[in-house]
Amino acid sequence: MRLLYFAWVRERVGRAEESVELPSSVQTVGDLIQWLTSRSEAYAQAFASPGVVRAAIDHRHVKSDARLAGAREVAFFPPMTGG
Amino acid sequence: MMTAVTIRIQEGDFDVASEIAALTRGRTDLGAVVSFSGICRGGEGDSAISAMTLEHYPGMAEAEIARHVEEAKRRWPVSAVTIVHRVGKLVPGDNIVLVLTASAHRQAAFQAAEFLMDYLKANAPFWKAEHRIEDGVSQQMWVDAHARDDDAAARWDK
Repeated sequence: MRLLYFAWVRERVGRAEESVELPSSVQTVGDLIQWLTSRSEAYAQAFASPGVVRAAIDHRHVKSDARLAGAREVAFFPPMTGG
Repeated sequence: MMTAVTIRIQEGDFDVASEIAALTRGRTDLGAVVSFSGICRGGEGDSAISAMTLEHYPGMAEAEIARHVEEAKRRWPVSAVTIVHRVGKLVPGDNIVLVLTASAHRQAAFQAAEFLMDYLKANAPFWKAEHRIEDGVSQQMWVDAHARDDDAAARWDK
Protein backbone atom coordinates (compact mmCIF):
# COMPACT_ATOMS: atom_id res chain seq x y z
CA MET A 1 0.00 0.00 0.00
CA ARG A 2 1.21 3.48 -0.88
CA LEU A 3 1.16 6.09 1.88
CA LEU A 4 1.35 9.83 1.19
CA TYR A 5 1.95 12.69 3.61
CA PHE A 6 1.31 16.40 3.08
CA ALA A 7 2.18 19.76 4.66
CA TRP A 8 3.28 19.52 8.33
CA VAL A 9 2.43 15.82 8.49
CA ARG A 10 5.03 15.29 5.71
CA GLU A 11 7.56 17.45 7.57
CA ARG A 12 7.10 15.60 10.85
CA VAL A 13 7.16 12.13 9.29
CA GLY A 14 10.21 13.19 7.28
CA ARG A 15 9.08 11.84 3.92
CA ALA A 16 6.43 12.56 1.28
CA GLU A 17 5.55 8.95 0.51
CA GLU A 18 6.39 5.32 1.13
CA SER A 19 5.19 1.79 0.38
CA VAL A 20 4.27 -0.46 3.29
CA GLU A 21 3.25 -4.07 3.83
CA LEU A 22 0.68 -4.08 6.59
CA PRO A 23 0.16 -6.84 9.15
CA SER A 24 -3.28 -8.41 8.95
CA SER A 25 -4.20 -6.83 12.27
CA VAL A 26 -4.29 -3.41 10.56
CA GLN A 27 -7.83 -3.20 9.21
CA THR A 28 -8.87 0.44 9.46
CA VAL A 29 -7.36 3.91 9.05
CA GLY A 30 -7.29 4.17 12.84
CA ASP A 31 -5.35 0.88 13.06
CA LEU A 32 -2.91 2.21 10.46
CA ILE A 33 -2.32 5.39 12.48
CA GLN A 34 -1.63 3.30 15.60
CA TRP A 35 0.72 1.04 13.67
CA LEU A 36 2.62 4.01 12.18
CA THR A 37 2.80 5.71 15.58
CA SER A 38 4.49 2.65 17.03
CA ARG A 39 7.22 2.70 14.36
CA SER A 40 9.14 5.79 15.48
CA GLU A 41 9.07 9.05 17.37
CA ALA A 42 8.66 10.98 14.09
CA TYR A 43 5.35 9.23 13.32
CA ALA A 44 4.25 9.61 16.92
CA GLN A 45 4.91 13.38 16.60
CA ALA A 46 3.00 13.62 13.33
CA PHE A 47 -0.08 11.92 14.79
CA ALA A 48 0.28 13.30 18.31
CA SER A 49 -2.97 15.28 18.47
CA PRO A 50 -5.82 12.81 18.16
CA GLY A 51 -8.37 13.70 15.52
CA VAL A 52 -6.34 16.53 13.96
CA VAL A 53 -4.73 14.67 11.06
CA ARG A 54 -7.15 13.92 8.23
CA ALA A 55 -7.07 10.87 5.98
CA ALA A 56 -8.06 9.99 2.44
CA ILE A 57 -8.32 6.60 0.74
CA ASP A 58 -7.85 6.67 -3.02
CA HIS A 59 -8.54 10.43 -3.22
CA ARG A 60 -11.63 10.46 -0.99
CA HIS A 61 -11.89 11.84 2.53
CA VAL A 62 -12.49 9.14 5.13
CA LYS A 63 -12.91 8.85 8.90
CA SER A 64 -10.61 6.80 11.11
CA ASP A 65 -13.05 3.86 11.16
CA ALA A 66 -12.83 3.49 7.36
CA ARG A 67 -11.66 0.05 6.25
CA LEU A 68 -8.44 -0.32 4.29
CA ALA A 69 -9.49 -3.40 2.29
CA GLY A 70 -8.91 -2.71 -1.40
CA ALA A 71 -7.16 0.63 -0.80
CA ARG A 72 -4.24 1.44 -3.12
CA GLU A 73 -3.28 4.83 -1.69
CA VAL A 74 -3.82 6.30 1.77
CA ALA A 75 -2.94 9.92 2.45
CA PHE A 76 -2.54 11.79 5.74
CA PHE A 77 -2.65 15.57 6.00
CA PRO A 78 -3.59 18.50 8.24
CA PRO A 79 -6.96 20.27 8.01
CA MET A 80 -7.14 22.00 4.66
CA THR A 81 -6.33 25.68 4.22
CA GLY A 82 -6.74 26.36 0.50
CA GLY A 83 -8.96 28.84 -1.29
CA MET B 1 -26.94 22.46 -23.03
CA MET B 2 -24.51 20.46 -20.91
CA THR B 3 -22.69 22.18 -18.07
CA ALA B 4 -19.20 23.13 -19.23
CA VAL B 5 -16.75 22.47 -16.41
CA THR B 6 -13.13 23.60 -16.35
CA ILE B 7 -10.91 22.74 -13.37
CA ARG B 8 -7.24 23.68 -13.37
CA ILE B 9 -4.49 23.66 -10.77
CA GLN B 10 -1.48 25.65 -11.91
CA GLU B 11 1.53 27.61 -10.74
CA GLY B 12 0.97 30.47 -13.17
CA ASP B 13 -1.39 33.40 -12.80
CA PHE B 14 -4.86 33.57 -14.36
CA ASP B 15 -6.62 36.46 -16.08
CA VAL B 16 -10.19 36.88 -14.86
CA ALA B 17 -11.46 38.60 -18.02
CA SER B 18 -9.97 35.93 -20.31
CA GLU B 19 -11.45 33.16 -18.18
CA ILE B 20 -14.92 34.78 -18.31
CA ALA B 21 -14.60 35.26 -22.09
CA ALA B 22 -13.65 31.57 -22.50
CA LEU B 23 -16.60 30.52 -20.33
CA THR B 24 -19.22 32.50 -22.26
CA ARG B 25 -17.82 32.23 -25.80
CA GLY B 26 -20.38 30.93 -28.29
CA ARG B 27 -23.16 30.61 -25.74
CA THR B 28 -26.48 32.43 -25.81
CA ASP B 29 -28.13 30.58 -22.91
CA LEU B 30 -26.22 32.37 -20.16
CA GLY B 31 -27.79 35.32 -18.40
CA ALA B 32 -25.42 35.66 -15.45
CA VAL B 33 -21.77 35.09 -14.62
CA VAL B 34 -20.50 35.37 -11.04
CA SER B 35 -16.76 35.71 -10.43
CA PHE B 36 -14.93 35.18 -7.14
CA SER B 37 -11.20 35.77 -6.83
CA GLY B 38 -9.22 34.86 -3.73
CA ILE B 39 -6.13 37.04 -3.33
CA CYS B 40 -3.00 36.66 -1.19
CA ARG B 41 -3.22 39.16 1.71
CA GLY B 42 -0.16 40.95 3.02
CA GLY B 43 -1.02 39.81 6.54
CA GLU B 44 -3.55 40.40 9.30
CA GLY B 45 -3.20 43.35 11.67
CA ASP B 46 0.43 43.85 12.70
CA SER B 47 1.47 40.47 11.38
CA ALA B 48 2.97 40.95 7.90
CA ILE B 49 3.76 38.13 5.50
CA SER B 50 6.32 38.34 2.73
CA ALA B 51 5.10 35.35 0.71
CA MET B 52 3.00 32.21 0.83
CA THR B 53 3.57 28.68 -0.46
CA LEU B 54 0.62 26.56 -1.48
CA GLU B 55 0.95 22.78 -1.48
CA HIS B 56 -1.70 20.40 -2.85
CA TYR B 57 -2.47 16.72 -3.24
CA PRO B 58 -2.28 16.14 -7.00
CA GLY B 59 -5.10 13.95 -8.23
CA MET B 60 -7.25 14.29 -5.14
CA ALA B 61 -7.45 18.10 -5.39
CA GLU B 62 -8.91 17.88 -8.90
CA ALA B 63 -11.20 14.99 -7.92
CA GLU B 64 -12.47 16.75 -4.80
CA ILE B 65 -13.21 19.98 -6.69
CA ALA B 66 -14.99 17.97 -9.41
CA ARG B 67 -17.17 16.32 -6.75
CA HIS B 68 -18.09 19.77 -5.41
CA VAL B 69 -19.00 20.96 -8.90
CA GLU B 70 -21.23 17.89 -9.34
CA GLU B 71 -22.94 18.73 -6.05
CA ALA B 72 -23.44 22.37 -7.13
CA LYS B 73 -24.99 21.16 -10.41
CA ARG B 74 -27.33 18.92 -8.45
CA ARG B 75 -28.50 21.85 -6.33
CA TRP B 76 -28.72 24.70 -8.84
CA PRO B 77 -29.19 25.04 -12.60
CA VAL B 78 -25.62 26.14 -13.28
CA SER B 79 -24.66 26.11 -16.95
CA ALA B 80 -20.90 26.57 -16.72
CA VAL B 81 -18.22 26.47 -14.03
CA THR B 82 -14.53 27.37 -14.09
CA ILE B 83 -12.29 26.81 -11.08
CA VAL B 84 -8.60 27.68 -11.17
CA HIS B 85 -6.43 27.20 -8.06
CA ARG B 86 -2.82 28.26 -7.98
CA VAL B 87 -0.05 26.40 -6.14
CA GLY B 88 3.59 27.18 -5.43
CA LYS B 89 5.00 30.46 -4.15
CA LEU B 90 2.76 33.54 -4.14
CA VAL B 91 3.33 37.06 -2.84
CA PRO B 92 0.80 39.53 -1.38
CA GLY B 93 -1.48 40.83 -4.12
CA ASP B 94 -1.23 37.64 -6.20
CA ASN B 95 -4.31 35.74 -7.27
CA ILE B 96 -4.85 32.42 -5.44
CA VAL B 97 -8.15 31.02 -6.62
CA LEU B 98 -10.83 31.78 -9.20
CA VAL B 99 -14.40 30.51 -9.16
CA LEU B 100 -16.69 31.38 -12.09
CA THR B 101 -20.28 30.19 -12.22
CA ALA B 102 -22.72 30.91 -15.03
CA SER B 103 -26.43 30.31 -15.30
CA ALA B 104 -29.53 31.60 -17.06
CA HIS B 105 -30.45 33.69 -14.02
CA ARG B 106 -28.29 35.29 -11.36
CA GLN B 107 -29.51 33.50 -8.23
CA ALA B 108 -28.15 30.08 -9.21
CA ALA B 109 -24.79 31.60 -10.19
CA PHE B 110 -24.43 33.57 -6.93
CA GLN B 111 -25.38 30.62 -4.74
CA ALA B 112 -23.28 28.07 -6.59
CA ALA B 113 -20.21 30.34 -6.42
CA GLU B 114 -20.56 30.81 -2.67
CA PHE B 115 -21.20 27.10 -2.09
CA LEU B 116 -18.18 26.12 -4.18
CA MET B 117 -15.83 28.49 -2.34
CA ASP B 118 -17.08 27.39 1.09
CA TYR B 119 -16.67 23.72 0.19
CA LEU B 120 -13.35 24.22 -1.48
CA LYS B 121 -11.85 25.99 1.55
CA ALA B 122 -12.96 23.28 3.97
CA ASN B 123 -12.49 20.14 1.85
CA ALA B 124 -10.15 20.56 -1.10
CA PRO B 125 -6.64 19.29 -0.24
CA PHE B 126 -4.57 22.47 -0.36
CA TRP B 127 -2.32 23.81 2.42
CA LYS B 128 -0.89 27.28 2.86
CA ALA B 129 2.42 28.09 4.51
CA GLU B 130 3.13 31.76 5.26
CA HIS B 131 6.59 33.27 5.10
CA ARG B 132 7.24 35.95 7.69
CA ILE B 133 10.28 38.04 8.40
CA GLU B 134 10.82 38.17 12.16
CA ASP B 135 13.89 39.90 13.59
CA GLY B 136 15.43 39.77 10.14
CA VAL B 137 14.98 35.99 9.93
CA SER B 138 12.63 34.43 7.38
CA GLN B 139 10.25 31.91 8.99
CA GLN B 140 7.82 29.56 7.33
CA MET B 141 4.66 28.66 9.24
CA TRP B 142 1.76 26.42 8.20
CA VAL B 143 -1.54 28.27 8.35
CA ASP B 144 -4.01 26.87 10.88
CA ALA B 145 -7.44 25.90 9.61
CA HIS B 146 -10.21 28.19 10.79
CA ALA B 147 -13.33 26.79 12.46
CA ARG B 148 -15.19 29.54 10.60
CA ASP B 149 -14.33 27.87 7.29
CA ASP B 150 -15.81 24.55 8.49
CA ASP B 151 -18.86 26.46 9.74
CA ALA B 152 -19.22 28.18 6.37
CA ALA B 153 -19.17 24.82 4.60
CA ALA B 154 -21.48 23.19 7.16
CA ARG B 155 -24.28 25.73 6.65
CA TRP B 156 -24.92 24.15 3.21
CA ASP B 157 -25.45 20.69 4.79
CA LYS B 158 -29.16 21.01 5.31
